[in-house]
Amino acid sequence: MSAQKSVEALTAKGVDEKTAQQLVEAGFTISKLRKVATEKKTRMSLEKLLGEKKMQKVMQSLLASSSKKAVGKRGKKAEKKGQKEPTKMMIPMKVKELTNSQQKIMKVLASLKMELPRSVVEELAKRIEHGKISDKTLKSIIEEAFVRFEMHRVDANESAGIIAAQSIGEPGTQMTMRTFHYAGVAEMNVTLGLPRLIEIVDARRVPSTPIMEIHLDPSIREDLVAVRKIATNIEETALIDVADIETDIGGMRVIAHLDTKKLSRKDLTVEQVYKKLNSTRGLKGLAEIGEDGASVIIKSDESSFRKLQKIYEDVKMASLKGIPGIERAVIKRAEPKEYLIYTEGSNLADVLKIDKIDGKRTTTNSILEIYEVLGIEAARNAVIHEASKTLEEQGLTVNIRHIMLVSDLMTNDGDVKAIGRHGISGRKSSVLARAAFEITSAHLLRAAIMGEEDKLEGVAENIIVGQPVTLGTGAVKLVWVPQKMKE
Amino acid sequence: MSRFNRDAIGGIELSDEFNVLEHELVPEHHLLKEDEAKKVLAQLKLTRDQLPKIRLSDPCVMTLDKICGPVEEGQIVKIVRKSPTSGISVCYRLIIRG
Repeated sequence: MSAQKSVEALTAKGVDEKTAQQLVEAGFTISKLRKVATEKKTRMSLEKLLGEKKMQKVMQSLLASSSKKAVGKRGKKAEKKGQKEPTKMMIPMKVKELTNSQQKIMKVLASLKMELPRSVVEELAKRIEHGKISDKTLKSIIEEAFVRFEMHRVDANESAGIIAAQSIGEPGTQMTMRTFHYAGVAEMNVTLGLPRLIEIVDARRVPSTPIMEIHLDPSIREDLVAVRKIATNIEETALIDVADIETDIGGMRVIAHLDTKKLSRKDLTVEQVYKKLNSTRGLKGLAEIGEDGASVIIKSDESSFRKLQKIYEDVKMASLKGIPGIERAVIKRAEPKEYLIYTEGSNLADVLKIDKIDGKRTTTNSILEIYEVLGIEAARNAVIHEASKTLEEQGLTVNIRHIMLVSDLMTNDGDVKAIGRHGISGRKSSVLARAAFEITSAHLLRAAIMGEEDKLEGVAENIIVGQPVTLGTGAVKLVWVPQKMKE
Repeated sequence: MSRFNRDAIGGIELSDEFNVLEHELVPEHHLLKEDEAKKVLAQLKLTRDQLPKIRLSDPCVMTLDKICGPVEEGQIVKIVRKSPTSGISVCYRLIIRG
């Protein structure tokens, strides 16, 4: 392997270019690096070259790229026998490493015992990269930045929730009440505007227009033929989509006249349909290929019309291929040079199992499905993303902090809760707050029966009883105790 | 959860098991050791039950279970999110039953 090629191979594994070049110059190829884990001698020489920290990083990226095949087979047995373990699943690192100037700033911050968010540090680092700034100036810059940042922080006991509610509610009044829009994708119907926002906030199980965005593996994402093949394969196809079905009452049978054109478009043959039908529940062993070779005949095994009717229904809905729930798949060209598959209907769990799909970027607009397949943190991100996308689409600018607050609240308990009667508002601990929201009498009656207590800690309760609310200055109990004057 | 039926999908090749932690929408999850957890709680001046929760059945927790060994109720997961406002934000979730 030439030196250039080795460098390329190393960078492909996620090693940065500089290190890769350094490695290749010292005569390390990928195969030699693999041996580092087992051979002490090679390990020593690598450590000498790169230093311990960097070496571990290189090894990690090498491992990460080969751990794709990792399946959780690693049992206790394998460990006991001392066999070579199959490569482990790893926790992927997603946060970018600090650059030199960023590290410098972090160091100064630590010495000053101050903290600044990473985005501020990044911004500062960008500014100091160009000119030469002395350590003393840097220190005063950072101090000033810290003072400004503290000034802009939300105060303690600020009513962030109410502000968020107003900030989302007001633009919401301007949203189009009912919009069914063709959003760029070929004839795909997408719920947008207020109905979509309500759907997100209500944490509906199934959105009214579930849509998936399937990204493809880099090896085929530019190959239209391969992409089309996947698209036709995932579309759920029932017999009724490719055949005319009639009931022959005289012969007590159901005849499906297959449309060969439609069959070939769906990449199916008559033989396959016949086999599939024969293994479908309720139709086992009843189907046979018709004399013309383009139809499948299903004979009833009982001479009852009711049974014939049932067979007809079963035949009609018999699934031939595809992923359940995916009604339609459309290919869309995306920048730069890539094909995506958009689907009507959504089934994330199953789509992720397909080969040649870029599972890392494949998403759905069904938040509950994301929660089930990818977990609570992904659901939090999905709520933020979908809500801000919906608002942005309508030309409304709502600060993302408000949406993040709502999303945090919805996902606080480990599952996705709706805002509203059945979710957050309906579960407040205070009776009066719940009664003030909706179904007043029911809440009060129930509270009376159960003997509930109200600690008057929230806002709504205190307004009802006419006390200062527990917000801002009302939240702190500050008493001035005059010191005795010393004589 | 999955309505998957191998027979139903003629012509589709299946890939290896997907690691949910690699998905774009999923931030970094790390399981904290007991001493780390105590340190974090002391720093935040919080008790365990005041933290946001994450379920044992959560796909990410189940993956962590595969990677770092048995995960139990009451442990704390450190989550390093990419945030559009602060760049990186660290948060903690308590593992609960369910």
